[in-house]
Amino acid sequence: MSDAITGPQDGSALLPEADELYHPHSWWTRYVFSQDAKVIAIQYSGTALAIGFVALILSWLIRLQLGFPGLAAFIGPAEYYQLITMHGMIMVVYLLTAVFLGGFGNYLIPLMLGARDMVFPYLNMLSYWIYLLAVLVLVVSFFAPGGPTGAGWTLYPPQAILAGTPGQEWGIVLMLISLILFIAGFTMGGVNYIVTVLQARAPGMTLMRMPLTIWGIFTATILALLAFPALFVGAVMMLLDRLLGTSFFMPAILEAGQRLRYGGGSPILFQHLFWFFGHPEVYIVALPAFGIVSDLISTHARKNIFGYRMMVWAIVAIGALSFVVWAHHMYVSGMNPYFGFFFATTTLIIAIPTAIKVYNWVLTLWRGDIHLTVPMLFAIAFIVTFLNGGLTGLFLGNVVVDVPLSDTMFVVAHFHMVMGVAPILVIFGGIYHWYPKVTGRMLDARLGQVHFWITFIGAYAIFFPMHYLGLLGVPRRYYETAGLGFVPPSAQSLNAFISLVAFVVGAAQVVFLFNILRSLKHGAPAGGNPWHATTLEWQTPETPPPHGNWGPTLPVVYRWPYDYSVPGAPEDFLPQNQPDPAHAGAVP
Amino acid sequence: MAHTAAGDGTAFRAPPSTLPPTRWHRLSAEWAGDRQVFDGASWRKAMIWVFLLSDTFVFGCFLIGYMTVRMSTSVPWPKTSEVFALEIAGKPWPLLLIAIMTFVLISSSGTMAIAVAFGYRRRRRTTAFLMGLTALLGATFVGMQAFEWTKLILEGVRPWGNPWGAEQFGSAFFMITGFHGTHVTIGVIALLVIIRKVWRGDFDTGRRGFFTSRPGGYENVEIMGLYWHFVDLVWVFIFALFYLW
Ligand code: HEM
Ligand SMILES: [Cu+2]
Repeated sequence: MSDAITGPQDGSALLPEADELYHPHSWWTRYVFSQDAKVIAIQYSGTALAIGFVALILSWLIRLQLGFPGLAAFIGPAEYYQLITMHGMIMVVYLLTAVFLGGFGNYLIPLMLGARDMVFPYLNMLSYWIYLLAVLVLVVSFFAPGGPTGAGWTLYPPQAILAGTPGQEWGIVLMLISLILFIAGFTMGGVNYIVTVLQARAPGMTLMRMPLTIWGIFTATILALLAFPALFVGAVMMLLDRLLGTSFFMPAILEAGQRLRYGGGSPILFQHLFWFFGHPEVYIVALPAFGIVSDLISTHARKNIFGYRMMVWAIVAIGALSFVVWAHHMYVSGMNPYFGFFFATTTLIIAIPTAIKVYNWVLTLWRGDIHLTVPMLFAIAFIVTFLNGGLTGLFLGNVVVDVPLSDTMFVVAHFHMVMGVAPILVIFGGIYHWYPKVTGRMLDARLGQVHFWITFIGAYAIFFPMHYLGLLGVPRRYYETAGLGFVPPSAQSLNAFISLVAFVVGAAQVVFLFNILRSLKHGAPAGGNPWHATTLEWQTPETPPPHGNWGPTLPVVYRWPYDYSVPGAPEDFLPQNQPDPAHAGAVP
Repeated sequence: MAHTAAGDGTAFRAPPSTLPPTRWHRLSAEWAGDRQVFDGASWRKAMIWVFLLSDTFVFGCFLIGYMTVRMSTSVPWPKTSEVFALEIAGKPWPLLLIAIMTFVLISSSGTMAIAVAFGYRRRRRTTAFLMGLTALLGATFVGMQAFEWTKLILEGVRPWGNPWGAEQFGSAFFMITGFHGTHVTIGVIALLVIIRKVWRGDFDTGRRGFFTSRPGGYENVEIMGLYWHFVDLVWVFIFALFYLW
């Protein structure tokens, strides 16, 4: 395996690389227009969490209406649609994608691989500023005449651009422009992440010695670079339909008795483009979460990850398969039944590598020395939640089972479990885990426990009952269900309960925010490696790592990242840059 | 921090390869090795390939989208051989302009490739001249495209309709050729920027870029070329799928 690396290399031979670092000259270029991936990571995460909080508040308002219909007079049906649309879009794209790739990706890729920075720092900086612009355009749409779009986060035409859908004037236009900007900005970051992983690793860092976090982020970035083009094209075409009156997605339509001047387009085409992006998008947020969780579990259970190679191949296989399942979101759109058969089959095949991952996480925990630290709590909670969401996915992946469940609360429960709550739990876990490296101080563990238990139990209390509501037939995206004969009145009490819990869970996030801000000054000093972790980011000469990360010489890697509880080792772990061959752990 | 003097990009290049010579051994050694997967490929070159892969998906989606609406529309598609005909001496010449445009663009790929070769021989002026020729051919292409757009617009073609049939014809035409033309235009601008650097000798003196503060190298010419050939290749598909179908 490691035949290309013979003996320790002197990292200083590689000094020319330092030549490529951009050296800031002023406060502005150091902290604001910074080209340092670590600063960019913090900028990305801060912006994403800020807009994520907006989406959280929106979910409160949604729940306010669903739990206590009519209580908030300012939420009419149109506002309700705007709320769910902006909530969903912000959560999926502007929060999760940005935090995992722009945030964790920027911070961890260079550090975990032993690089000094991303390979194109200038482009990396642009990536953030364009992302910020995309977020601002999105925010502006809240204040535009007519408000933000209410087309649903899937933005299906024809309704997305027809009068009668809220935000038809400006909202949809700004939404599409914002998405186009987001994709442009992401591409600049994405080429950086890929090339850094492929071409800028430290001596000794083979692909099969990369931490699973990097495998997850790397594969997710590839997916994003190949999937976002479909959304980009869909957005451009819809913009043309809306602004120039083309008919890419618009069939002949009657509106209020009038024949509109559209005709001959294909609404289904948009759905294909959207879901060719949309399904990989699920894995764009899931794969980094998979990777991070693997590292959290291994570190906090002091045990090597079970089946490292299998874990890597599972990530790659899931990534590849995620491009051939997209139409399982379109079972009720009207498709050739053979297509349904095909897409159901591929969907169920994905369950295999996914199940492998879940088994391996559990087997890593099995008889491990489990430390129930806050990151570990979040990691375990992720496994449970993801498993839960995955199992309901098996129901929805089957055409005949999906048809009655489509567009019910069951779907809402499923995707919140699998791609809402689960990745958010990992983001929290990741922040508790890496905050000491970023700031040099620990987050308060007691506040963390409070935050964890309220969030975890609360998330279950919110979303678990939604499965039941869905089975009752409560439809999704409905402003109110009163007067629907098939919905029993008891559903309303359950809705009220869910809403109350949602308010508590939302409020509990303030604890997290408080913890983050307070610990900046008052947290316990963390030292360089508080979790006794093996990966390179914990072995930096200084904490927080300075510009250039490694001082004069790059680290040299001698082993895989999971040498925990190594018999005979002086401590219970061997960092990746520890030469001592006498205690070399498992291959590779 | 000391900067290396060489401005030809040596600083970006990996140490000499120690990989085995045969193809398969080499492939597996590269993927199993440390530091970099593509031995000796610079970061920028790896980057342009990744970007072009992503851009391929963009054009792929545009073309698939166009083919889908062409099939979904119930109105007959205008006959492209008639629409894109030039009237010369009272006789219609189908696809004449497009043929010339295609010829011009393909030729520009040729001049670009020669420019790359001269670049690596550090023949500054010849390289700059050939790149200038490339840019000129590219600009000619965009100019003829502008002519074609004007002609069609005067004949009544709009993104939302045209006199001869399915309105998606105009929509797809303006969208796809517009997007491709933008690519060519960006390419011409990038060519001009790099020509300036080549001419001034930036790649010999190691002068640093204005934005990135990194020294360039003659490899930048090749990277420019990769982008240019890609844009040409895309045109071939547009030509085949839009004009010939
Ligand atoms: C604070 C926790 C959250 C609560 C209480 C919540 C609640 C809701 C509710 C009630 C709906 C609307 C259901 C309907 O009427 O159809 C919804 C929709 C949605 N949520 Fe959440 N959500 C939360 C977090 C998230 C997260 C983290 C994500 C990230 C993936 C997410 C993604 C979505 C999406 C994609 C939709 C669909 C929007 C649409 O139908 O267009 N949510 N959420
Ligand atoms: Cu899917």
